Amino acid sequence: MCDTCGCGDSEIVPVDVHEKILAGNDRTAAHNREHFAERGVVAVNLMGSPGAGKTALLEATARRLAGRQRLGALAGDLATERDADRLRAAGITAKSITTGSACHLDADMVHRGLHRFPWREFEYLFIENVGNLVCPAIYDLGQAANVVALAVTEGEDKPLKYPVMFRKADLVLLTKIDLLPHLPDVHLETIADALGRVMPRPLYFPVSARTGEGMDRWLKWLETLRSVRRSSEATEPMPKRNVVIASS
Amino acid sequence: MHEYSIVQALLARVDTEARARRATAVHRLSVRIGELSGVEMDLLTTAYETFRERTICDRAELNLQLVPARWECPDCGGGIGRGEVLMCPSCAVPARLVQGDEIMLDRIEMEVP
Repeated sequence: MCDTCGCGDSEIVPVDVHEKILAGNDRTAAHNREHFAERGVVAVNLMGSPGAGKTALLEATARRLAGRQRLGALAGDLATERDADRLRAAGITAKSITTGSACHLDADMVHRGLHRFPWREFEYLFIENVGNLVCPAIYDLGQAANVVALAVTEGEDKPLKYPVMFRKADLVLLTKIDLLPHLPDVHLETIADALGRVMPRPLYFPVSARTGEGMDRWLKWLETLRSVRRSSEATEPMPKRNVVIASS
Repeated sequence: MHEYSIVQALLARVDTEARARRATAVHRLSVRIGELSGVEMDLLTTAYETFRERTICDRAELNLQLVPARWECPDCGGGIGRGEVLMCPSCAVPARLVQGDEIMLDRIEMEVP
């Protein structure tokens, strides 16, 4: 009510909010993170373009860890069960999160994905995000770490073209390096230089899911991530000072 | 196009605030978007125009402010130039993003009885 002249008109008032628009997602992500920490489950958000080799990487990871670690996966997929089928065939307990037209997973989809899924039994829960180098980077899911798969076939300039995604990465896996002999114009040093301009702590491992090259380093990193999680009560993403900076 | 889901979260937040104050209309929203937030201003505007219909924001202007990315050294405070390696050339420590990743609702101007 206007109380200047008593005319009865309504009044326009400014309300200061100063809140993140995705604060609701962040709250659900924090909730997921607490669940994972309580149960000692290391959740890894695996992102990358369609065809970057995310599923192949998880298949190769499962082959290496068979019988030693219990692995689970939530696979974000627009329309199919294909990735979850492949992961199950590789020995990973997997479930699809069918996103319909959504180009990313959010914390609530992951939370719902955990229902009727034996996630508490896993040492590692891989959340294979929807193939996309833009949208998934914006949503915290409650993961311990973000890993981005970048295939060498995607070209050297992708980090510079998609800085938001790479800035959020704790680790970049340069996949399909078995194809490098066929790609005379692609140089790992150039990709490394680009990563250094978008990631303040550039950490990357060249890997091939097909030949197994570089996989040991990736598995060692997963192990380190797990021991870091175990030794800290922190519910924040892992302290980056505890990982080794890779050379190319 | 995650801009649609961001607009839906924005409208839900505004609706909660407006109901709490029994607002009859919303006139303006002030939102800050960082250059490195991953949100495209044009797409956000399009999404807003699409979704605000028949909400309390039906006639509300969306005031968007783009925040440029700024990286600096956490030790000496020196700035890192655009496109440079994100490492302080003097202190050799990783740079820190001090602004530019905001997706922030700052202010709602609403009409209250």
